[in-house]
Amino acid sequence: MEKFTQHTGIGVPLRRSNVDTDQIIPAVFLKRVTRTGFEDALFYAWRNDPAFILNQDAYKTGSVLVAGADFGTGSSREHAVWALKDYGFRVVLSPRFADIFRGNAGKQGLVAATVSAEDIELIWKILETRPGTEVTVDLVARTATCEDVVVPIGIDDYTRWRLLEGLDDIGLTLQHADDITAYEATREAWRPTTLPAKHLPSLPVQPARPIPLTLGQTRTH
Amino acid sequence: MAGTLAEKVWQAHVVRPGENGAPDLLYIDLHLVHEVTSPQAFEGLRLAGRKVRRPDLTIATEDHNTPTLDIDLPIADATSRTQIETLRANAAEFGVRIHSLGDADQGIVHQVGPQLGLTMPGLTVVCGDSHTSTHGAFGALAFGIGTSEVEHVLATQTLPLAPFKTMAITVEGELPAGATSKDIILAIIAKIGTGGGQGYVLEYRGDAIRALSMEARMTVCNMSIEAGARAGMIAPDETTFAYLKGRPHAPEGADWDAAVEYWKTLRSDDDATYDAEVVLEAKDIEPYVTWGTNPGQGLPLSGNVPVPEEIADESTRIAAQRAIEYMGLTPGQPLRDIKVDTVFIGSCTNGRIEDLRSVAKVVKGRRKADSVRVLVVPASARVRLQAEAEGLDRIFIDFGAEWRNAGCSMCLGMNPDQLAPGERSASTSNRNFEGRQGKGGRTHLVSPLVAAATAIRGTLSSLADIDLPEGTTVDGSPLAPLDPHLLVQV
Repeated sequence: MEKFTQHTGIGVPLRRSNVDTDQIIPAVFLKRVTRTGFEDALFYAWRNDPAFILNQDAYKTGSVLVAGADFGTGSSREHAVWALKDYGFRVVLSPRFADIFRGNAGKQGLVAATVSAEDIELIWKILETRPGTEVTVDLVARTATCEDVVVPIGIDDYTRWRLLEGLDDIGLTLQHADDITAYEATREAWRPTTLPAKHLPSLPVQPARPIPLTLGQTRTH
Repeated sequence: MAGTLAEKVWQAHVVRPGENGAPDLLYIDLHLVHEVTSPQAFEGLRLAGRKVRRPDLTIATEDHNTPTLDIDLPIADATSRTQIETLRANAAEFGVRIHSLGDADQGIVHQVGPQLGLTMPGLTVVCGDSHTSTHGAFGALAFGIGTSEVEHVLATQTLPLAPFKTMAITVEGELPAGATSKDIILAIIAKIGTGGGQGYVLEYRGDAIRALSMEARMTVCNMSIEAGARAGMIAPDETTFAYLKGRPHAPEGADWDAAVEYWKTLRSDDDATYDAEVVLEAKDIEPYVTWGTNPGQGLPLSGNVPVPEEIADESTRIAAQRAIEYMGLTPGQPLRDIKVDTVFIGSCTNGRIEDLRSVAKVVKGRRKADSVRVLVVPASARVRLQAEAEGLDRIFIDFGAEWRNAGCSMCLGMNPDQLAPGERSASTSNRNFEGRQGKGGRTHLVSPLVAAATAIRGTLSSLADIDLPEGTTVDGSPLAPLDPHLLVQV
């Protein structure tokens, strides 16, 4: 995971509250087998509307999403964070996040930081008045800056530390790789390994025998 | 300090205790992988330039999407084909052992682990599938995980885990004839509810549990998740050791002796305390059937569809109303009057050889009801081959059933085996959620014996409703003595 200290990018004012994960990415995209390439799926339903904020040239390349309260509610799908990241967002600011979404975001290097509703309103006004204005989010100073407006951002200490260090869950665990190796040395010999593979005698498997039609009921569906 | 079975297995796997409320880091002995929840985990590894830490503790198979007909032809559904091809490519790239369609050891992941002798007492077992709780039947701590956790285990062979609470579920006495381990677990879930096990690891104990075969124990542990529990366990005993002995990956020689010595310590100490305890009398357990749309909405088959107005608790009443409406039932209607269109025998809950044998004993020499479609889907290719070697397939086909290839099949309808809208099934699987077996499909969860009787009569039935010849046994033992030279063995 990339380290995050400070980021400056175009701010996108998303004047909506309760943006749930189905709106961020509909369930139909969950069938994919990749974890990248979800940029086209982000806000899929809204993207069909030419007036939608991300369809406006000034905001298209935005990387700081400034949203209303209760962002990321609904299903636990990790795809919601993947879609935001794939599109190019590095930061989401909102007065309040759904717990699971905030957890998923922190684990994957997307900064989900709270900003008071009043401050969100201030930033929205600037971004809407002068489209394309940049927002700077500083994780060290815990501030978001938009022109002359500097507001505090909320993020818990543990997530902030992980983002500053660029540590995902796996990275954190691998800091203790020595402990894992030491534990492995104590594992008993009887514990199974899948390799080298052991089998009962191998057998060719044919398709199950065909079923004579006379035996089955004729079905219309 | 006195400990429960679950606590003992947990303690034996702590790589690094959590500090200041952080979770313990636990070592994972066995990681089972299938095609649906693994693709993004492997891609995550690729993106981060990581490898699989222990390919030798990892095994993959194809089950959720596999067709049960024409397995020698390309898979027709594009999404299913892509997921399976992706798993094959990932297994090759990361050096993970895979049992693909057409391989004798392909099948539902929760059958493949036990049949190969990989699932053992005292292990931690994980898989990106909630029915991983099945493996707890061996006295393993086994639970389902999400895709990022799959990636975490692939990369580190460990998992940070928040502590759990323990619940003892004691089933005393002897089961009445015609009742099975499926009825035990349906009765337990009906009693504690689908959220009753939330945050707990369940431990099933008591005479009735001890008397169960290994496969019947798997049925009980399989559905722990339907009670909301993270895992379910049964302390290992001679039944467990006998099942394991001689399997391909079971320890041998001195390793076997050392293992058995340790496994015998894997029982809750007499003075261990549980956070919760539930007791059931086995003699009260009748054949169960679910009438609603969650596994907790079940009743003895002799009962009637509930009358919502008679339910005091408001949320339970509303849930019952909704379920009865979706299921197309009439309040107060005898459950035995419910007519079904399809009988599904299979799944990681009840698709094992003993399940197939007991169904075969009931349906042998009979014809199914004309109005019913009967699908028999073995849990693994080896179960299928074993059944064919014992002649069970012929019994099913003569009965009028469709004899299929192994996989998850109609349990969740990710392959073409689905219910049509409004169609009703009696299913030996584990979930009766709305639309689970096909959009608009209506599912009644039942035991294999109830499924067999229902297939004969066309309405929900138990063995009490059919005339079985005097002296017929319906347990999971072979119909005839097995040829000792039989190459297949599950």
